[in-house]
Amino acid sequence: MNDRVRQVRSFFVSMKLSVVLLVLGLVLVFAATIDQVNLGIWAVQEKYFRSFFVLWPVGRMAVPVYPGGYLIGGLLLLNLVAAHLYRFSLSWRKAGIQLTHAGLILLLLGELFTGLLQDDFSMRLTRDEPRNYSESYRANELAIVDTTDAKFDDVVAVPENILSDLRAVQHPKLPFRVVPKEYYPNSAIGSRPADPQAATPPRATQGIGLNVELTPLPITYKQDERNVPGALVELLTGDGSLGTWLVSADPRMPPQRFEHAGRSYTIGMRFARAYKPFSLTLLKFSHDRYSGTEIPKNFSSSIRLTTPDGRDDREVLIYMNNPLRYSGLTFYQASFEPGNDKVTILQVVRNPSWLVPYIACSVMTLGLLWQFGIHLFGFIAKRRNAVRA
Amino acid sequence: MKKFFPLLVLALAVAFIGNTLRPPRNPAAIDVNGFGRLPVLVNGRIKPFDTVARSSLLQLQGRQSVSTPEKRKLQPIEWLLDVFFRPELADTYQHFEIVHPDVLAIFSLKAQDGQGEKRFSLSQLQPRIAELQRQAKLADQVEAAVRTSFQRAVMQLYGNLVHYQRLRHALVAPDRPDFLGDLLKLQDNVKAGVDAVRARQAGQPHDEAAAKAMTEMGERFVVMSESTTFLVVPPAADDPDLTAWKSAGAALLDTFRTGTVNPAALAYAGFAHAWREGQPGQFNQLVELFRADLTKRFAAPLEKCNAETRFNAAQPFYSSMTLYALAFFLALISWLVWPDALGRAAFWLVAVAWVVATAGIATRMWLEGRPPVTNLYSSALFIGWGSVGLCLVLESIYRNAIGSVAAGAVGFATLLIAHHLSLSGDTLEMMRAVLDSNFWLATHVVVVTAGYSATYLAGFLAIIYIVRGVFTRSLDRTTADALTRMVYGIVCFATLFSFVGTILGGIWADQSWGRFWGWDPKENGALIIVIWNAIILHARWGGMIKSRGLMNLAIGGNIVTSWSWFGTNMLGVGLHSYGFTDAAFVALIAFVASQLALIAVGNLPLRTWRSFRPA
Repeated sequence: MNDRVRQVRSFFVSMKLSVVLLVLGLVLVFAATIDQVNLGIWAVQEKYFRSFFVLWPVGRMAVPVYPGGYLIGGLLLLNLVAAHLYRFSLSWRKAGIQLTHAGLILLLLGELFTGLLQDDFSMRLTRDEPRNYSESYRANELAIVDTTDAKFDDVVAVPENILSDLRAVQHPKLPFRVVPKEYYPNSAIGSRPADPQAATPPRATQGIGLNVELTPLPITYKQDERNVPGALVELLTGDGSLGTWLVSADPRMPPQRFEHAGRSYTIGMRFARAYKPFSLTLLKFSHDRYSGTEIPKNFSSSIRLTTPDGRDDREVLIYMNNPLRYSGLTFYQASFEPGNDKVTILQVVRNPSWLVPYIACSVMTLGLLWQFGIHLFGFIAKRRNAVRA
Repeated sequence: MKKFFPLLVLALAVAFIGNTLRPPRNPAAIDVNGFGRLPVLVNGRIKPFDTVARSSLLQLQGRQSVSTPEKRKLQPIEWLLDVFFRPELADTYQHFEIVHPDVLAIFSLKAQDGQGEKRFSLSQLQPRIAELQRQAKLADQVEAAVRTSFQRAVMQLYGNLVHYQRLRHALVAPDRPDFLGDLLKLQDNVKAGVDAVRARQAGQPHDEAAAKAMTEMGERFVVMSESTTFLVVPPAADDPDLTAWKSAGAALLDTFRTGTVNPAALAYAGFAHAWREGQPGQFNQLVELFRADLTKRFAAPLEKCNAETRFNAAQPFYSSMTLYALAFFLALISWLVWPDALGRAAFWLVAVAWVVATAGIATRMWLEGRPPVTNLYSSALFIGWGSVGLCLVLESIYRNAIGSVAAGAVGFATLLIAHHLSLSGDTLEMMRAVLDSNFWLATHVVVVTAGYSATYLAGFLAIIYIVRGVFTRSLDRTTADALTRMVYGIVCFATLFSFVGTILGGIWADQSWGRFWGWDPKENGALIIVIWNAIILHARWGGMIKSRGLMNLAIGGNIVTSWSWFGTNMLGVGLHSYGFTDAAFVALIAFVASQLALIAVGNLPLRTWRSFRPA
C-alpha cells in the first residue's frame, strides 16, 4: 500500500475526524436552532440539515459557508463505517461500542430516509362531510377541473414552481394552453374599489378578478402563518385568448367556472392535495377545558373511516397521544377552530422509515448500557481490591 | 469533641427540620389556619386558600412575607383574609413590587416612597390607575415577543392589579361593609323583590323601592362574578359534576332563580362579618360547619388541602436550601482543618437536606398525581435532587468532601432557581392536553432531566478541580486522580441518560405525532447535550485530552445544558423578546460568561497553578 492511500485511510478511520465532525455538527444544530427565529422550522431544515452546504447570500450569489447536515452526516457515516471495518474484532469488551455505533449508523440512515421520504399534510374535516384528500402545509397548485360529467371530475393540477417560473403548460387533457402571466408567492385578496375612476383597470378579464384584486405580501416564515400565493393566468387556444383569470390559494376564493368548446371547467388555486384511497368523516369533535380556565384538558375526534370497496367501515377515536395509523399514514389531532366544534384539524404524516429509529435506539441503548456497565463493574472491582489491600 | 461533632450537626439538622414540621399556630383566637385549609378551585385545581395566599404574594411582590403599615407582620393567610374581607385596610398594605423607574414615574412615585424601596400599596397607585390602564392597552397591542422592558413591566403590574381585583371580588362585595346584612335582607325579600322587578318590566303597578334594591343587588353580583376567576362555591349536593364549582357572584345570582341565597356564599359573608368584627367564636364555628358540609363529597380533596397547607407551612425546599448552603461551607472548611469531622458533618447535612427535598418532591407528586417533572419549576427541583443523589454516592465512595461541596453548590443553586421560577404563581399547574401522559412524563422527562443533573454535576466537579488546582495547593495527585475518575464516570452516566432520554422523547413524538424528530429548539437542545458528551468521551478515548481537557470540556457541559434548559425556552417566545434586559436572559448570559472564564482559567499553563508545583 502506498503512502497516499495509507494517509487517506488513516484520515477516514481516525477518532480525531469523529470529534471534529461532532463539533461541526454541534455548531450546525445550534446555528439552526437560533435561525428558526428568522426562518421558521421548515426553511431551517432545508437550509441546514437537508443540504450539503449552508449557503449565505453574498450579493446575488449564494456562497457555501458551512458544511450542511448531509455532508457532516455523510462523513460521520463514512468515518464510522471505515473505523469499524478497520478496527473490527470480535470481543465482549468491544461489543458495547460496536452496538452503539451500529445503532448510530442506522439512526443516521433513518434520518436520511426520513428527510427524503417524509410528508406532512393537514386534513380539515367538517362534521358529516366525508373527505378523501389531505392538503399540503406549504405547497399549492393551480387546479383546472373538467366538470362536464356530473359523475366525476377530471383534474389537471399545475404545481406551484411552474407558475413561479411563469412557464406555459400544454396538457394533453386540456384543449388550451395555460400561460401564467404574474405570480406572487404571498398575497392578500381584497375587493376592488367601487369607484372605477380611482382604480387602475383590472388585470383579469374573466371571473372574480374583475371585482377582486391581489396585493403582494412579503414571504412569511412564521410557524403559525402560511404563504397564500396568487397569480394571473391566461388560457390560450390556437384561435386566441380565452381570457385572463385572477387566482389565489386563499380558501375564501372559490374555483371559477367557465365554458369552452361545449365543456364546463373550473379554474382556481388551492393548497396542494394528496388524494387517499379511503375517506374520513368527522362524527364528533370534543374539547374540554379545566373548569374555570382556558387550559385545554383534552381534544378528541370521533371519525368514521370508509373505503370505496367497503372493506373498511369503522369508527375510530383520535385524541392527544393516540393517533390513527392507517395505510402507511399517521393521523393525529393537531388543531381545531376555536368556537367551532363542527370542525377538526388532523395532521397526516407519511413516514415509511418510521420503524428505523426504534431499532436503532434499542441497539444503541443496549450498547451504551453494555459499555458503561463494563466500566462501572471494573471500577467497583478495582475499588474493592484497593480497599482490601 | 471532634468525634461527636458530626453527630451533633446531624442532631441539630434533624431538630431544625422537625421544628418546621410542627403544625402552624394561629396568631390569635381566630382559626385563620382552619380557613386556610378550606378548598377553592383555581386554574383547574382544587387547592387550599393558604396556597392562594402564598402564591399571590409571591406573584405580587416576590416574597411571602408581608406586614401592615404599622409594621405588624402578617401570616399569608391573614393577609388574604384582609384582602377578602377588609379591603379598605389591605389597600394600604404595600405589596405591589415595582422596580422599573419609568413605571414608578407613571405614578409620580419615588423608590423611597415604597417599603424596601420597591413595594407600594394600592392607595399609592390609585390616583394614576387610569394612566396605567392606558399604557397597558398600548403595550397589549404590541406582540409579546417584541415588547420593551417598560411595556413588559407595565403588563406585569397591570396583571398583578387584575389579580388583586380578582381576590377582592372573590368572596364578598368589597364595597359593602355589611355584606352579611345585605344577604340576609335579600333572603327575606327575594320573592317580593323579584315579583316587583317582573311587574316593573311588565309595566304594572309595583313596589319601586323593592325593585330598585333588587336590581342594585343583582348588579353588584354581576360585578363580583365578572371580576373574579376564583371558584369558591362547591357544586350543589345533587350536582353529579364535582368540578362544577362557581364563583361567589355567580352563585349569588342564582338566588333570583331559586329564591334562596346559596349557603356557601352566605357562609363567606358570615366569615367576612366575623373577621371584621373580630369574633373568634363565630368565625371558628363557621370553619367547622363549612368543612363538615364539604367532607360528605370532597373528603379526598380536603385531605389533600390539609396536606398542602402543612407542606406550604413547612417550606421543605427552603429548609433544604439552608442545609445545602451550610453543608457547602462545612465541606469547604474541611479541606483546611478537621477533614474527617467536618467532612462527615457536611455529608450528614447533605443527606438530611436531600431527604427533605425527596419528601418535598414526593408530596408534590402525590398532590398532583403526576410524575416528578411537569414544568420548569419542578425540573429545577428534580435536577438538584438528581445531582445531589449522585454526589451522595460519590461521597460515600471517596469520602474526600468533594461530593459534599458539589452537592451543597448544585443543591443550593437549583433550589434558588426554583424559587425564582415560583414567582409566576402556583407551581402545581394542570397539564395541557398535549402533555397529558403520565407514562411519557415518567419516562422521557425524568430520564432526560436526570441527564441534565449528571451533566451539571460533571461540570461542577470540574470547577472544583480547576479552582482548587489553580488557586490553592490542596489539589494533590490522589485528589486530582479521584476527581478525574469522578468526572469521567459522571460523563458516562450523563451520556447514557441524556441519550436515552432524548430518544424516549423522539418515541413519544412518533407515538403522538407520527414523526420521530422535528428539529424543534427543545429537541435540538437535548441533542446538543448528547453530542457534547459524545465529544468529551471520544476526545478522551482518542487521547486528544487528558485530565485538564476533560475538566474544561465538562465545564462546557454546564453551558450546553443551561442552553438546553433555559435558552431554548427563551427562543420559543421569540429571541427578541428577552432582549438584553430580561432578568432570565441576563442571568443566563452571566452564567455562560462565568463558565467561559473558568475554562480560560483552566487553560492557564500548569506552572501558574498553585497545585502540582514541585515543592
